Amino acid sequence: MTNKQKSVVAVIDYGMGNLHSVAKALEHVAGENTQVVITSNPEIIDAADRVLLPGVGAIRDCIGEMYKAGLVPSIRKAMAEKPFLAICVGIQSLMSHSKENDGVDCLNHFQGNALFFGETHKDYDGSKLKVPHMGWNQVSQTIKHPLWKDIPDNERFYFVHSFYVVPENQDEVAGTCDYGLNFCVALAKDNVFAVQFHPEKSHKYGLQLYKNFINWDGKP
Amino acid sequence: MGLAKRIIPCLDVDNGRVVKGVQFLDIRDAGDPVEVAKRYNEQGADEITFLDITASSDDRATTVHMVEAIASEVFIPLTVGGGIRTCDDIRRMLNAGADKVGINTAAVFNPEFVREAAQRFGSQCIVVAIDAKKVSQDGEEDKWEIFTHGGRKPTGLDAVEWAKKMVQFGAGEILLTSMDRDGTKNGFDLGVTRAISEAVHVPVIASGGVGNLNHLVDGVKEGKADAVLAASIFHFGEYSIQEAKEKMQDSGIEMRL
Repeated sequence: MTNKQKSVVAVIDYGMGNLHSVAKALEHVAGENTQVVITSNPEIIDAADRVLLPGVGAIRDCIGEMYKAGLVPSIRKAMAEKPFLAICVGIQSLMSHSKENDGVDCLNHFQGNALFFGETHKDYDGSKLKVPHMGWNQVSQTIKHPLWKDIPDNERFYFVHSFYVVPENQDEVAGTCDYGLNFCVALAKDNVFAVQFHPEKSHKYGLQLYKNFINWDGKP
Repeated sequence: MGLAKRIIPCLDVDNGRVVKGVQFLDIRDAGDPVEVAKRYNEQGADEITFLDITASSDDRATTVHMVEAIASEVFIPLTVGGGIRTCDDIRRMLNAGADKVGINTAAVFNPEFVREAAQRFGSQCIVVAIDAKKVSQDGEEDKWEIFTHGGRKPTGLDAVEWAKKMVQFGAGEILLTSMDRDGTKNGFDLGVTRAISEAVHVPVIASGGVGNLNHLVDGVKEGKADAVLAASIFHFGEYSIQEAKEKMQDSGIEMRL
């Protein structure tokens, strides 16, 4: 009927992470004009219309595998030119540095560090807070953004992490969360959006965020 | 405002069917795992735990396919336990769509496996499952011991010390089942739940013995659990997840509704 090619979302496979869940969630909201591809092929990533960087696991392995698989140039290229979404350890990998695994230099797309909550993390009243920060917490949207479309402010998303990002530039913060301290859980800069929580595990509003990503033209 | 406590329905799966036994005997059929998982997802479950209790470890492929099928339709966290013995087992389950794996017996026989798994995959996806039984007598100081083989074999390991050790080795969460209470509907063993939750810095899921919604409330308020796991009260339609969450919220517990 139409000659228009399908729009491609490349989910980067660097040997870590819950790619099945991410891809299935994207497919669930994609519609027939969008194709979801799990790939470790730089050419496919370069040719894709939008790119998703998932992440689960320890940061040293994540960054190490990205370099080993020769994916870093394609990741940088994608971040320079098309809609790009990073998830969980993905957001940490975009910072300058992470304190995990005795310190690991990361991709430095956002200036700042990933820090450890600590094993003796406490709530404001002094009571013990468990680490990892695991479960459903409320995300406060600090800016308007196309990826927050149709998602209520302070909606709950699913988190599992022991490290959190501290960007140097507050203008890049798109969302925050409260867990003994107020910390950044979403970053936005031009065509790049990154979240600490797992949209693919956050039920309907997580799926909504993926839908927003698929519909996003990359403009803030 | 803050992190919600979680309700986790548990699917004990034997030969491709959800089952629930009383103290692991008298197994009752509760349906197709994928259908059951979808129903809990719709009811607002915060996570789902899938325990492969197939006695013979004949074909793990069945479990992998089932996990894939659930993960294709259920967009909440999924923990898979039962028969996880190697990093390859973990990799296979994560690739199939599991978010966390539960390690039980393998941790008892080879604690280093937990360390290796946490280093490779990150602590956030390593749940160490602990089956504990009270071994102290009335009048003695409370003491609980780790048991394996469905609660039949004692190990001599103190449950609280074991939990601390597993966290040191990299466990990101503890799934604590009271073998005295499992299947009884008499409520969690709040003593061991609280002792372990206060002893470790990672989240603790209370399991074993839920018979009514007050038990869930007690697990969080008295047992200091971060999440509560139950099976039969949900499987056979006595309560919905939603009812359970409302009850907990009404009792002053922060929930995702």
